[in-house]
Amino acid sequence: MESGIRSIFLAGVIGSALLGGASVHAQDADNNAPQVIEPNVERRDVTAGAIDTENFEVTGFIGIMSVEDFETNAVYGARLAYHINESLFAEAAIGQTKVGESSLEKFVNEKFFDDRNLTYYDISLGWNVLPGESFLGQKRAYNSVFYLIGGLGSTDFADDSNFTVNFGFGFKLFPTDSIAIRLEARDYLFDTDVNAEEKTLHGMQGTLNVSWFF
Amino acid sequence: MRIRWLTFCLYLIGATSAVAAADIQYVLVADPYIEMHTGPAAGYPITHVVERDNEIGIKKRRTDWFLIVDSTGKEGWVSKSQLEQTLQPSGTKVDFPDAGLAEYDQHRWEIGLMAGDFGGATSYTGYGSYGFSRHLSVEFKASQILGNFSDGWSAAINLTHTFVPEWRVSPFFSLGTGIINIEPKANLAQTTDRSDQVAIVGAGLKGYLSRRFMVRLEYDGYVVLSSRNDNEDVDEWKAGFAVFF
Repeated sequence: MESGIRSIFLAGVIGSALLGGASVHAQDADNNAPQVIEPNVERRDVTAGAIDTENFEVTGFIGIMSVEDFETNAVYGARLAYHINESLFAEAAIGQTKVGESSLEKFVNEKFFDDRNLTYYDISLGWNVLPGESFLGQKRAYNSVFYLIGGLGSTDFADDSNFTVNFGFGFKLFPTDSIAIRLEARDYLFDTDVNAEEKTLHGMQGTLNVSWFF
Repeated sequence: MRIRWLTFCLYLIGATSAVAAADIQYVLVADPYIEMHTGPAAGYPITHVVERDNEIGIKKRRTDWFLIVDSTGKEGWVSKSQLEQTLQPSGTKVDFPDAGLAEYDQHRWEIGLMAGDFGGATSYTGYGSYGFSRHLSVEFKASQILGNFSDGWSAAINLTHTFVPEWRVSPFFSLGTGIINIEPKANLAQTTDRSDQVAIVGAGLKGYLSRRFMVRLEYDGYVVLSSRNDNEDVDEWKAGFAVFF
């Protein structure tokens, strides 16, 4: 009885082995059909945290700044922006230039203050108004955007810190997804009484900026 | 020698791009098609579409736009709303949850900037805050004061109580102390710089804006504990934005 059961099992095992072998042969025969190769890459579910985010933009700039009645000089500085959404960004900037002599200083032949550096900082809000593509010749197209920007800050000028309002506009061109070249025009307005009477000075600025997104 | 350098550089570039490739995450397009823009905003033109059942790789994100690469190697920017209609390898929809009101209710840290009026002068304030609990937090504030006759700065530490943190807009109350330094303008040089201790009582409103942003309106009453006979009272009104996390 026992050996009978055993032989049934044995037959089952041999039978399944033969069938298995046959199915392997059948697969071999199908090999002429186009093969579907499963890519040997581990596929995990998407985690938002693992995606590289590039919402910050660090910028260095050089340019010229004309401080009303105090001549035009080179200006340089740095900016750091955070992109809030596709249209808005907040940007902090610091910059420095030198000021020349005002017409009154030249007239009386005396300098009214010693430190001829003008340093400013500002925190501004930018608005990407006109996004699109710019064409360089017939074959090259780059992403670009025209933006408006304005904000508040402080200007150290003539041994004094002054409340400063700024506004301007700029054009940003993207040679790659992470690098931008910006041409920007800004006006910095602050009140000063360095020339005896209180008046609002304009600091007109034109800059060439190189930005990197990270 | 130059060739060896070149090979080395190429090897480095290869190595970094291999690292970058490892970061790409793959999803399957489930909508009829997905639109690829040249840049991360709706205003940039659509140059390609990827059809349903094709796989795309997500390379990076800027605001609510994602740089993706399709199976032919074409790259383009896809909006978050479209990407959230794609399927993950497990078959479930992709989800990129933004910080919301729930996170605002539970947040610990705040960093913000405010601008306002300090007794007739303009003031800028930067602050950082850490919450011990949902209601109670400690705040560090630094201000620059720009006046017509004098400039200055102040630094203060405050204890703030937010009454109803689960509300979208909640009132708060604060008590603090610090120092204030006032420098008269250079052309009014008969007085000297003054540093004094201050006591501050404040109240205001904190409001949740969107994502990780909040808005803050605040009144602070300063009592300047000067070395002269009279203490000086200064009112400060300010408004600003903050991020929380």
